Amino acid sequence: MTSLPKSPPPKRLGLVIDLDVCVGCHACVVNCKEWNTGGYPAPLSDQSPYGAGASGSWLNRVHGFDVGDGDSGRTVHFPKSCLHCENAACVTVCPTGASYKREADGIVLVDEDRCIGCGLCAWACPYGARELDGESRVMKKCTLCIDRIYNENLEEIDRVPACVATCPTSARSFGDLADPESEVAKKVAERGGYDLMPEMGYGPTNKYLPPRPRKTEAGATGAPAALETAAPDGGFLGWLDAVLSR
Amino acid sequence: MHPAASVILFTTASGAGYGLLALLGLLAPIGAVPSGSWFGFTALGLSLGLITLGLLSSTFHLGHRERAWRAMSQWRSSWLSREGVSALATYLPAGLFGIVWIFFGAVSGFLGVLAAIGGAVTVYCTGMIYRSLKPIRRWHNPLVVPVYLAFALMTGALWLNVLARLFGEGSSLLSLIVLLSIVLAWALKVRYWRAVDNATGESTPGTATGLGRFGEVRLLDPPHTQENYLMREMGFQVARKHSEKLRHLALGIGFFIPVVFAFMLVFVGGGYGAFLALVTAIGGSIGVVIERWLFFAEAKHTVTLYYGEQAA
Repeated sequence: MTSLPKSPPPKRLGLVIDLDVCVGCHACVVNCKEWNTGGYPAPLSDQSPYGAGASGSWLNRVHGFDVGDGDSGRTVHFPKSCLHCENAACVTVCPTGASYKREADGIVLVDEDRCIGCGLCAWACPYGARELDGESRVMKKCTLCIDRIYNENLEEIDRVPACVATCPTSARSFGDLADPESEVAKKVAERGGYDLMPEMGYGPTNKYLPPRPRKTEAGATGAPAALETAAPDGGFLGWLDAVLSR
Repeated sequence: MHPAASVILFTTASGAGYGLLALLGLLAPIGAVPSGSWFGFTALGLSLGLITLGLLSSTFHLGHRERAWRAMSQWRSSWLSREGVSALATYLPAGLFGIVWIFFGAVSGFLGVLAAIGGAVTVYCTGMIYRSLKPIRRWHNPLVVPVYLAFALMTGALWLNVLARLFGEGSSLLSLIVLLSIVLAWALKVRYWRAVDNATGESTPGTATGLGRFGEVRLLDPPHTQENYLMREMGFQVARKHSEKLRHLALGIGFFIPVVFAFMLVFVGGGYGAFLALVTAIGGSIGVVIERWLFFAEAKHTVTLYYGEQAA
């Protein structure tokens, strides 16, 4: 069980996150916590939630980064959860077989009844996608909301991960990245979707879409182009504009 | 990385135990250590005691100790599982070696070699648990496994020497092994330190976020207001601040004092020799505990790149 599937899964379900669109509102973080605390497989506990030093397990977190300097500088909101890697070392290091990758769709899961809480899978993950739960003492990770995406009691439109369902800016999409015709695969191809830490060789399924090129010209941002040339017809105002622009 | 006391106790105690077992298995059949039943009982007792203490202590960092038996099942892919299987399997030849020696007075070379192989394989697996982890650059290094093996040999030799001398029969071969193993272990460790200190990791905040193409990547907002599991487990910082002092301390107590005493031991026998051997063994062992603590505490995980570190 703890070995990776021998042939690549026919489906590679995963997320595509558009860093150009994410506004860092943390709605995905909160809805993830809410859904996964109430649903499969057991609550994500908090320690001292109302006191000093509150801490707890979450499956999805949004980091904020400053990137570059000056005109090309920007702030990027950066959501991060399990990337459901193709070469998931968290699976192969597991001594009990609790950590496994599904053959059908490539989702990486933890069987909580087999987990001994040794923490080795968290060490093996370069992305920090796993957290040991302070209460149940087993490893917690993103399940890609398998209890939503395959849930026939939900309307079809709701059969997406909680983070995707809740995102107010549609910065997150969910689909089969093995299928080149899927919406997510097309987005990745169109926008140059990329892997985090490709040098590690883990082959993450989730892809990130980079921020779009910066627009600096007024016209390019959709603002009235008139602001750039005050009096295109010349005349007195044209002369005044030319003098003041010197 | 957070240095858990239970894991440090495990790797140092079981390392010494397996080193002692391997040396007993190889040296007793050729008569380089005392061959009496009482010596066999004491030496194998200490060896298996250290191994068992280490294995038990390793379960103390588990979230679910009662499920520890499950850890044997995934030997096809997991070095931790292989270590568990190998540790258990080694009890068989080691136990038979002891029974035959203690109760029948026969030191079996065959069983001794099997026990020695078991000990070496187990320590090799322990080293590979760390060696195989790519996200921790200081562990993902070819010198990690040789260092684990050399320190097991060194601490095993130090304690075997104490016992042999307490039973009044230190041998020149054993004294030589003690001296050489101290030099070998620390030479490898110093080489390891040099290798990991000079290397820079491939991963940066730029590759971790994929945003390096836009310029320098700096953490603006952490994703939460309080420490989480990842920061406690992977973001340990105390040792990096004092690493130079601690390395000098480890070298002083674990190498310089033992090597001087081990050299004197080549010429000194009797009660003084036994006392000197004991001091050497204690010094060497304290040095290894500091070394092992640094091995954990100095190591940095790539996840820290998401929390403001510029290199990992």
